[in-house]
Amino acid sequence: MNEKEIEECKALAKKIRLHTLKMVFKGKSGHIGSMLSTADIYPVLYKKVLKVDPKNPKWPERDRFLLSKGHGGAALLACLAECGFFPLEWLDRYYCDDGKLSGHISHHIPGVEFSTGSLGHGLPVACGMAMAAKRDGAKHRIFVMSSDGDLNEGSTWEAIMLAGQHHYDNLTMLVDYNRLQALGCSKDIIDLEPLGPKLEIFGWKAIEADGHDPQAVENALSRLPLEPGKPSAVIFRTVKGKGVSFMENEYKWHYGGLVEELYLKAKAEVEAM
Amino acid sequence: MRKIFNKELLKIAAERKNIYMILADIGYGEIEPFANTFPDRFINCGVAEQEMTGVACGVAMEGNTAITYSIANFPTLRCLEQIRNDVCYHDADVKIVIIGGGVAYGELGMSHHSTEDIAIMRALPNMVVLVPSDGAETKAATHAMLDYKGPVYFRCGYKNEPDLHDGREIADFHIGGSSQIRDGKDATVFFAGTIGVDAKKAVEELEKESGISCRLVSLYSIKPIDREAIVRAAKETGAIVVVEEHNLSGGVGSAVAEVLMDEGLSGLKFKRLGLPDVYVTKIGCQRWLCEEYGIGPTGIKAAVKAVLGE
Repeated sequence: MNEKEIEECKALAKKIRLHTLKMVFKGKSGHIGSMLSTADIYPVLYKKVLKVDPKNPKWPERDRFLLSKGHGGAALLACLAECGFFPLEWLDRYYCDDGKLSGHISHHIPGVEFSTGSLGHGLPVACGMAMAAKRDGAKHRIFVMSSDGDLNEGSTWEAIMLAGQHHYDNLTMLVDYNRLQALGCSKDIIDLEPLGPKLEIFGWKAIEADGHDPQAVENALSRLPLEPGKPSAVIFRTVKGKGVSFMENEYKWHYGGLVEELYLKAKAEVEAM
Repeated sequence: MRKIFNKELLKIAAERKNIYMILADIGYGEIEPFANTFPDRFINCGVAEQEMTGVACGVAMEGNTAITYSIANFPTLRCLEQIRNDVCYHDADVKIVIIGGGVAYGELGMSHHSTEDIAIMRALPNMVVLVPSDGAETKAATHAMLDYKGPVYFRCGYKNEPDLHDGREIADFHIGGSSQIRDGKDATVFFAGTIGVDAKKAVEELEKESGISCRLVSLYSIKPIDREAIVRAAKETGAIVVVEEHNLSGGVGSAVAEVLMDEGLSGLKFKRLGLPDVYVTKIGCQRWLCEEYGIGPTGIKAAVKAVLGE
């Protein structure tokens, strides 16, 4: 990316953060930490990587993106709205009575490929899509965003084994690897380390990248598959609550709600980023 | 019945190139023709039912029909959330076929019995529930299921179950229909699935031994259910017994009772026969267990006599 494109991605990431803070505050919802940790990945994904058309969300040749950590959906929704998949006004009534946007993402929203919310569902479905695409000779690619918690689920590992076994190199798993989950540090609950080597033992090609550096995100996703004949895993090192000093690396912001004072403080910090 | 299902599936899949079979390492001796004929539409996911169901959903979401197939409750309860969140919520064209409903795998024990499946599957929005009772119904149900676009639960028999239709093909089989096996005036016995052989025996013996004339109806479609046939039976015969190889809670009897209550037909003579909210712990074959647990011919005959006050 050139300097201008990098700045555009950063500007979009800032908008995503501001939208999500406002959505969570107004809707009195949670999961803000999980949303902020992905906010720098989506701009690169939607502006530089995924072949999608906001005017034609069901375009058959689109790349498929499944957010398996559906609880972080507000950040994706903010990105989709900014990209023109649906009106920005919809964000105002996130998590509200008679609003269009629920706390966990729904395929009823333009641009959302698959509904999730319970962890461990994204990767198996993506494997099915990868299998069908291979058989059809289709060129589109399948991407899944996983997370520490999503990688606790047995069904995710069932699919990791399957994807390696069947060489789904049209499949890429992005891991929002912020090392925290609902009740604490991942290393104290289910230590996934060493994650990359584990995936490689199961037949994947895995790399790590800084999930908050747009250029690093693009570099990681610019040449897929990472190795022909293998599914790709990009483990993004991220910070839960990134951009808000009192949220960063604090697991309580997995669920924590925002009172007005904290919302305004968080908003000011993101605006100053 | 499972042989008939697999034979029909093979024929249909030869014509329809978008039918996939997604397995979890079950199906030995039956699925090989599909696997060998259509290797690019077949995958054995390993012993991983959650993944199997998710893969099937992903395949279906790309414009295909995906069949998951396994023993008893493996492809239902083990992966119920995948069926609910992935398949049913997305209205994906996934067909969940179980082999050996009820206590078909009797001697194998409780882990291989499927005695809550109908209640659970019919509680899921978007799900169609089919429970064929013999070979003729299995053949027709296989076609009806694959002609329908959307989630279907198909409870298939495991053995060479006896034919209940005297060699007839079922021309008017349809989702939401039922099959009247014989007519009668004193009571109607409804059933679903392979317990039909016991129901038929009971009805025939009732006539021979006691002169009681029973209508016998296979409710092969539990959801949607044939409301018209149930209402007609209530009005024309005045007494209804429902027998099922399933827990009493939420199963076929409950589904029939719901129709009767909804239609205001509450003054009927009515009896449900099923497993009385227990796990089957006795050891034995399917027919022996049904008799032991009061849903075999002896229990059915007693129930009909009881509702008729005899």
